[in-house]
Amino acid sequence: MARIFAYIVHKAGVPHDTATQLAAAAKKIDLASSPTAILTGWGPGLDAACDNVCASYSEIWKLSSEVLAYPNAELVRQALAKILPPGSILLIAHEHFGIDLAPGLSIKLNSAVVSDAVEIAGVAGSFLNIVRQEFGGQVSAHVRCDISSGAVVTVRPGAFKAPESAPVAGIVVDKSSEVGALTARRRYLGTIVAEAGDVDITKHSVLVSIGRGIQEKDNVAIAEELAEALGAAVSCSRPVVDAKWMEKSRQVGSSGKTVKPKVYLACGISGAFQHLAGIKGAPFLIAINKNPKAPIFQVADVGIVDDILEFLPELTTKVRELHSVAAK
Amino acid sequence: MEILVCARRVPDTSENEIELNSAGNDIEHDELVYSINEADNYAVEEALQIVARVGGNVTVVTVGGEGDEEVLRREMAMGANHGVLITDDAFSGSDGRGIATILKAFVQKGNYDLILTGVQAEAGGAQVGGMLSALLDYPFASLVNSIEVLDGRKLKISREIEGGNKELHEIDLPCVLSIQTGINEPRYVGMRGIRAVASVPIPTFSASELALDPSVVGEAAAKVKRVDYFVPALGKGAEMLHGNREENVDRVLELVAAKGGLK
Repeated sequence: MARIFAYIVHKAGVPHDTATQLAAAAKKIDLASSPTAILTGWGPGLDAACDNVCASYSEIWKLSSEVLAYPNAELVRQALAKILPPGSILLIAHEHFGIDLAPGLSIKLNSAVVSDAVEIAGVAGSFLNIVRQEFGGQVSAHVRCDISSGAVVTVRPGAFKAPESAPVAGIVVDKSSEVGALTARRRYLGTIVAEAGDVDITKHSVLVSIGRGIQEKDNVAIAEELAEALGAAVSCSRPVVDAKWMEKSRQVGSSGKTVKPKVYLACGISGAFQHLAGIKGAPFLIAINKNPKAPIFQVADVGIVDDILEFLPELTTKVRELHSVAAK
Repeated sequence: MEILVCARRVPDTSENEIELNSAGNDIEHDELVYSINEADNYAVEEALQIVARVGGNVTVVTVGGEGDEEVLRREMAMGANHGVLITDDAFSGSDGRGIATILKAFVQKGNYDLILTGVQAEAGGAQVGGMLSALLDYPFASLVNSIEVLDGRKLKISREIEGGNKELHEIDLPCVLSIQTGINEPRYVGMRGIRAVASVPIPTFSASELALDPSVVGEAAAKVKRVDYFVPALGKGAEMLHGNREENVDRVLELVAAKGGLK
């Protein structure tokens, strides 16, 4: 059985949530496996992050280099290509860093690559069986990956639950000297923090959230009227921001804001996992969508198959009626 | 600047409900509406805006079949100077690496400063751009949401990271960038524009014309294969309301109030 590695993303000494999830994914490849964690970085933050994964991994490879102080995938790729044994299976979280790193790394390692695994169904012979989602989660696919020359697999954050096994006392192995000089033709300059918007959607207990189903910019007013009647705020999914119908500060999701409302009205939102990743605190989720197959109905508490452009105005009218009765 | 955009035609998920066929092992292909992959369309628009600023040409290339000419013509109607179709039976069943290998062979016949892809295709894994860059030994950046051309054959780009934040990088040309949706506002393409390019010949390239060894592409070379499609057994799923609209509106209002959502 190939040796299994997990590349751990970390920041300010704290490993990413996916650190333990990758250990769980490794167990799905081979229950008997004892995966090795790999962390790259520089200084006390790297040392702290290594210490913090010792409970989950029996061996941790530390790659310390000043040029790796910020994780530039162009440099990390070179480093990993130098130290990974041939035929290794490497697990990486499928987020912005993994997307940057994995495909090119698979070429440098001459190994297979599978992106965004949501389930792993073990190894049969020289094949690793993986489940992916396609078409925004409307259908799933069984994928067979030839691991005879190794594999790089990116794993969907949240798809694998951290094992409840007893903590291990991992040892940190410093592999820095094996990395050598690293140079890249892409240089990290800095990070721009998102601007605050006019409305802070993270502070609201009720969100009227709109997706592609709102169809055009002028229709955003329909959601705003409902939100006003409810004392709620309007948030949205990615396609609404891409189309420039709402500001980026209103976007819920992994590349937008993380919200924790009590009630979330998902209106014309299909339910892509990147969107769902931004909804925390298990709100009561009501989904309204024309497409009965929309993945949002798998995760909602209550679902209605209807056109939001007709449903929402009627709901607004009812809310206003209720208020006017209460006012009398 | 000579820019190549790698584009793909995909089933349009905003126009289709993707369903399984009667055998339950593949999606139902009949009556699917196809269009250019959304992120690829943003990539073409970005290329057009760059050449409008600094000059140059935009070529759009796709690996596919005859049906894929329509997306090339659509992008030419947007303003792309050239469309190229790479097609061969030997390419059938290629995985991401196979597609990247085919594109590498095409890139090496030209002299491109910048190669753009969409960040991800509808059914894809955000792979081809990164693989192509590694095969060419060009620098790469994914999830790019702004591009500025600097002096000295360099770009300043930003990448979309978590929470709406952006990472800034300087990257040397030639390079490969995968473009995130929302980077720009793709221009509208009308019927008139499509008609204007309807008879422009679209050159095609086969495996032999690209000097590609058939054993490194296609199904036989694919390390990764889709075995079948399925719809997983759902968890609990939503309680679906089946009343008429008025009943459903009343029920939603009750539920929102019960959950403390009515002020």
